[in-house]
Amino acid sequence: MSEILIKNASVCDPFQGIDCEKMDLCIRNGKIVESVSSKAKVIDAKGRLTLAGGFDGHTHSAGKINVGRFMNPNDARRNPVPGLSGKVARTEKTRAQVGYNTPNTYAIGYRYAKLGYTTICEAAMPPLSARHTHEEFKEIPILDKMGLTLLGSNWQVMEYIRDKEPEKLAAYVAWALKASRGYGIKIVNPGGGEAWGWGRNVSGLYDPVPNFEVTPAEILTELGKANEKLNLPHSVHVHCNNLGHPGNYETTLETMKLFEKIKPSQKRQSLHVTHVQFNAYAGTSWRDFETGAPMVSDYINQAKHLTFDMGQLIFGPAVTMTADGPVEYANSRMLHEKWSNQDVELEDASGVVPLSYSPKSFVNAVQWAIGLELALLVKDPWKVMFTTDSPNGGSFVNYPEVVTYLMSAKKREEVYSGFSELALGKMVLPEIDRELSFSELAVMTRAIQSKMYGRPEKGKLTIGADADIAIYELVPEKIDPSVEHEKVKQAFSATAYTFKDGKLVVKEGNIEASPMGKTYWVNAEVPERVDSAMQKDLELKFKKYYTVSKSNYMVEDEYLPNPVEITTKGDF
Amino acid sequence: MPVIKNAVCSLCGCLCDDITVTVDEENKITKIENACILGHSKFQGMFEHERIETPMIRKAGKLVSVSYEEALETAAKILVNSKRTLSYGWCSTSCEAISKAIQLAEETGSLIDSTANVCHGPSALAAQEKGSPGATLGEIKNRADLIIFWGCNPVHAHPRHLSRYSSFSKGFFVPRGRKERKMLVIDVRKTDTAKLADKYVEIEQGADLLLITALRSIINGHEEVIPEKVAGVSKEELLELAKLMKEAKFLCVFFGMGVTQSRSKYKNGDGVASLISDLNQHTKAVMIGMRGHYNVTGFGQVATWETGFPMAIDFAKGYPYYNPGETGANDVLVREEVDAAIIAAADPGAHFPQKALRQLAKIPLIQIDPYANPTTELADVVFPTAVVGIEAEGSAYRMDAISIRMKKLIETKFKTDEEIAKDLIEKVRELKRG
Repeated sequence: MSEILIKNASVCDPFQGIDCEKMDLCIRNGKIVESVSSKAKVIDAKGRLTLAGGFDGHTHSAGKINVGRFMNPNDARRNPVPGLSGKVARTEKTRAQVGYNTPNTYAIGYRYAKLGYTTICEAAMPPLSARHTHEEFKEIPILDKMGLTLLGSNWQVMEYIRDKEPEKLAAYVAWALKASRGYGIKIVNPGGGEAWGWGRNVSGLYDPVPNFEVTPAEILTELGKANEKLNLPHSVHVHCNNLGHPGNYETTLETMKLFEKIKPSQKRQSLHVTHVQFNAYAGTSWRDFETGAPMVSDYINQAKHLTFDMGQLIFGPAVTMTADGPVEYANSRMLHEKWSNQDVELEDASGVVPLSYSPKSFVNAVQWAIGLELALLVKDPWKVMFTTDSPNGGSFVNYPEVVTYLMSAKKREEVYSGFSELALGKMVLPEIDRELSFSELAVMTRAIQSKMYGRPEKGKLTIGADADIAIYELVPEKIDPSVEHEKVKQAFSATAYTFKDGKLVVKEGNIEASPMGKTYWVNAEVPERVDSAMQKDLELKFKKYYTVSKSNYMVEDEYLPNPVEITTKGDF
Repeated sequence: MPVIKNAVCSLCGCLCDDITVTVDEENKITKIENACILGHSKFQGMFEHERIETPMIRKAGKLVSVSYEEALETAAKILVNSKRTLSYGWCSTSCEAISKAIQLAEETGSLIDSTANVCHGPSALAAQEKGSPGATLGEIKNRADLIIFWGCNPVHAHPRHLSRYSSFSKGFFVPRGRKERKMLVIDVRKTDTAKLADKYVEIEQGADLLLITALRSIINGHEEVIPEKVAGVSKEELLELAKLMKEAKFLCVFFGMGVTQSRSKYKNGDGVASLISDLNQHTKAVMIGMRGHYNVTGFGQVATWETGFPMAIDFAKGYPYYNPGETGANDVLVREEVDAAIIAAADPGAHFPQKALRQLAKIPLIQIDPYANPTTELADVVFPTAVVGIEAEGSAYRMDAISIRMKKLIETKFKTDEEIAKDLIEKVRELKRG
């Protein structure tokens, strides 16, 4: 029995309505408990800010990121954020580390832990290559992991929607989650992945997918319904059509509105829209491009059914990687950049293109502003998840920098004062003076994720929660984040302590231990009758069209050394 | 007798996973169904070729049998005493073994490289220049109406490629298979693959880049710059080729060592990637490298996620350093820079240039392999090992980067590559602790 007593912690836990109050935290066997014995190891937090472990609900950290590493060996040597990037020799406690946007697996685990993060969600996992994602998960130390299964251009999904077979659709979704050991449904540019199989794209919600006679709108709503029918812990997680196109905010709003009529089966949103920064553009071309954040946030402010994440931009090099194949090809042609592509049979597309965001580019400057406008114009932090869509908008190691953007109007001004008049005329950020509190920040970086993903043991410090805890090197009442943003950044760059399941993993910014984290996956039960009918169709897919046999397709137990199976029962 | 279905063939980069294997009571494979001649020989060869029966150490010039412990101790001493070790091969083995090999290299400050050094290494360099626009093999099966084999000869090197994934396979949008697909072969000689093609284009040796550049010029609308003959191919034929490509609905270029290891090396792959990108302005096009060893793709994948780099990784400074040309296996051997080597699941003895082999002969060499091969003649410590995919399970990556789990089909007395690498890590730690 291991016991720890953290004394004098300045706890901020939005779930309990505790806002930087001095209290003690007791840990026993990896959980937060009421009290501990006198034998407990005592750690004095000395009044420092204490939060539940961070939870990155949308990051590209296993699978496709390997293509990014492979084609950008130069990234391995980059070190723009000292302490959180670049090459680091192995030590007795840590494996060797490299990279910035596309760090090696070990660096991903260590660096997230240093930022006080203890859980990540890989945002895109095609079922056929899910084994690969789990192989990388195995080599990411410390963190708990989950992966979202890509289903938005899947043949079996589109056929069931076309043939009006909602039960079989739900059964297939359940099977795909089980086969890939996935946690939820990811939809990327619905239908666009299939169109990209022919070098084409879909232009909006009602543009039918070639050869499949379904529209992106149908894919979205039917998968949304299947999600609720199966009682999945997370909602559908959507990357909208027309990503990166001026004027796309309208598609984004249309997508959001589609879900008004879908009733969530759990106490959570019925839709999560991801990296909205890339989908909140107004204008008709790159010439008259401008922010669409006010329109999008106006809608979100009155909507009750959805959450979103920022997809904040970071200036400097980034690597875009997405299942949105046509977007990546367009990026590579527009920017004259190298281009990797991987279309996945019967399932989806994907691409990877490195690029660099510059404050001198008016488009990049406006993009930078849009992410922040969205986070600040949406009043309720319980709708906003903090992300950079790492490494699409920028690497997660820049989260401390983003924290300062949100907490300090002065810091934002320092950045945008360097923008051109042209750029400033296309954004509303300078008119926003809102500055987030630590409590609001805690919502966006850990609490909302607990609710969104239906993981009640995460993102809070209540009795019974996982003892994933981050203690930051700052005393809340002695700091004014609005002015002392540099201190805030420093504090958020390396925790004083990070605990993972009650184990000390980071101390004063150094890795102390690297235990193996858990992998969450969802097993949704489907009645035998529906499942066997669906399996017949699936057998045919494997017999005729897949190049891997069905039995070799399922991700085996060996790939989940520390699994947590979440069982749900579908409503049939 | 147990019949194992959907076994995975661990021979080439096709990684066919539809093999049926029958195993008798004596732990012998008696029947192999669906495998090609190469795969068949691999399964069958288990019982026909002599294995290395026990660990061996070279004493007074001769390899003599020793206990596993003694071999382990000797090997670990070599690694600990070495200032600069080369770890090489690790391609005909599982990803799990590769992972341990990388950890061993990291802990001993070694340099680790794969067989890509003499194979598709230039394809990686090309991807670092221009990216790698690919697809999974099922995309070709279901969509491709034009299949181009460039500098490769699958009829002999990947015998089931044509029927499972490409020319002869049937797919969703290509239900009649070969009848609905055009097959084009570009090579320097009329191979057996070329004999099956609708069109064969014979090019001058080493002129691939010229041909690629000419095709790109035409596809990008600059046919006026093309001379009467390029790479031994007439302008008329080039125009026809470009038309064929532009008019296809979905085309795939499968490229082999004729592209990666001929003159211009990685620039050829760079050119093919650029050609694919240009073609996508008109149609859908992808490229896939015809990887040889069944898990050479896996080495690249594992090394990339664990170290950031796909090959030629130098841990001398404690962190991974990558500079192929400087840190490749042949680079350090030819420069006589390494003073010990550990070689697993590959046979440089048969494939490396003489100068590199001379250095390998001079230095202590640890070999991990199921069978004796020319490298064994140079080895000082030999670990016999289980045949992965037959006697041991584990992950491997197909040529299109799809991970598949290989099954264990029969029992074995041999340790796996993974176990040996793990034991070496432990032994080295023990010796270092003193």
